[in-house]
Amino acid sequence: MIVAQQKPVSEIAQMISDCKKVLFLGCAGCVTVCLAGGEKETDVLASAIRIKRTLESNPLEATTFTCTRQCDPEYIVGIDNLVKDVDAIVSLACGVGVQYLAERFKDKWVVPALDTKFIGGSVVHGLWEEKCGLCGECILHRTGGICPIIRCSKSILNGPCGGSQHGKCEVDKDVDCAWQLIYDRMRALGKLDKLMEIQPIKDWSKSRDGGPRKAIREDVMIDE
Amino acid sequence: MSNLSKLQQVLDSGQFTVTAEIGPPKHSSAEGIRHHAEMMQDYVDATNITDNQTAIVRMSSIAAGVHVLNSGIEPIIQMTCRDRNRIAMQSDLLGAYSLGMRNVLCLSGDHQKFGNHPTAKNVYDVDSMQLIENLRRMRDEKVFFCGEAIKEAEPQFFIGAVANPFADPFEFRVDRLEKKVNAGAQFIQTQCIFDMERFERFMEMVRERGLDQRVHILAGVTPMKSWRAASYMQNNVSGMIVPDELVERLKNAEDPKREGLDICIEQIKYIKEKIKGVHGVHIMAIAWEEVVPEIVEKSGLYPRPKVD
Repeated sequence: MIVAQQKPVSEIAQMISDCKKVLFLGCAGCVTVCLAGGEKETDVLASAIRIKRTLESNPLEATTFTCTRQCDPEYIVGIDNLVKDVDAIVSLACGVGVQYLAERFKDKWVVPALDTKFIGGSVVHGLWEEKCGLCGECILHRTGGICPIIRCSKSILNGPCGGSQHGKCEVDKDVDCAWQLIYDRMRALGKLDKLMEIQPIKDWSKSRDGGPRKAIREDVMIDE
Repeated sequence: MSNLSKLQQVLDSGQFTVTAEIGPPKHSSAEGIRHHAEMMQDYVDATNITDNQTAIVRMSSIAAGVHVLNSGIEPIIQMTCRDRNRIAMQSDLLGAYSLGMRNVLCLSGDHQKFGNHPTAKNVYDVDSMQLIENLRRMRDEKVFFCGEAIKEAEPQFFIGAVANPFADPFEFRVDRLEKKVNAGAQFIQTQCIFDMERFERFMEMVRERGLDQRVHILAGVTPMKSWRAASYMQNNVSGMIVPDELVERLKNAEDPKREGLDICIEQIKYIKEKIKGVHGVHIMAIAWEEVVPEIVEKSGLYPRPKVD
């Protein structure tokens, strides 16, 4: 899932300081799971800013709603009446949701309440880790199911580099060396010989370097 | 080694300036660039050295710049943001200055998709605007991009940037030019001009804002060898506008190369005489460097001024 974290309340408040009526819009997708922009977080954020504004003698009329998903036009269409009278929308979705809103509500100021961090998963309650680099061409079958693109600080494909010590990365002693993990796992699986193949230079055009990407499934498209 | 850019001296003196372009080779011999430099030496005030143009691997612009400098022309090092992060950029800038380079042209660079390594990663750690601003800070505030002091011998580059009046949104191109001037650009070279009418409208807006008083603007021109070359640029090169009349004129010409040169010379004369606020011309004779002396001479821009 997409993992996001809320920006500081003061920063969000600043973005809408000249607005009188604002819709705080949560998303029931990924950001609900990572506890950043679901119904609960949306209500808490709206209350915090409402209180802040009252204390500053600049009252804010804040309404809240949480969409099923902000990254799907069909769920945004339904909120037209909630948006109609507001000066701005504070989106608690990932960057995709913010952009879908800006696209649909052309005359509204739309601001992000979250920093979209990465694609990852939870480790324990309250801790999420980045796991996928979205490179567009998965190589996990060559690296024992551990992604060096995003988990190695240098995205090295034939690691580990000389900065790996005691299983940790030179960048941060709290970061596991992805290549130590790959080595350990390949060794345990008796597949160390696979690591002797020189992995060729990667085709980064399939990643963001090739420009904005599209995924197309013609078989499920509905002709109109 | 002089600290002063010759290009800057000519531009500051108010004389109509001439720059050209030399493309480094796809091999490791400097013979060709030395030849081109020697040939152009008396005809231009400085010459751009492209930086892996169209994302095709070539000799580094800084190394090629040394050969050009040794052959008697002041180089303008092009630096794109595509291939280097901020660490490599600054390191190369220090090195380039130590080797006698005095002018840097900052640009984004063509996407690697168009070159011979389309599967490469692109960098764009810093964009062209930020490069301009930070190059100025290196010189004027004596600091690295990170703000740390450069304790001695800070590079004092004459800073250039590009503008494309033929890209969209048209009006914003002037805003962006202004932004580059605010960032620290001291001279501007434009994209190749074929649509003179649009360039005139662009310059009108530039003058309205007084930008021609704040930055030296060099109008880019390119001689075309054939109607096919013109048609290719018209259809396949983004950010270019080539009017149909030009393609037709080349198509109907008995000697297309001659016609191409004549068109270029006419354009230069027109720009120099009719368009206010233009301080010089930048001749991009792509893979046709040998015609530069003739273009300069026939445009009435020879001899070039001497500066110390």
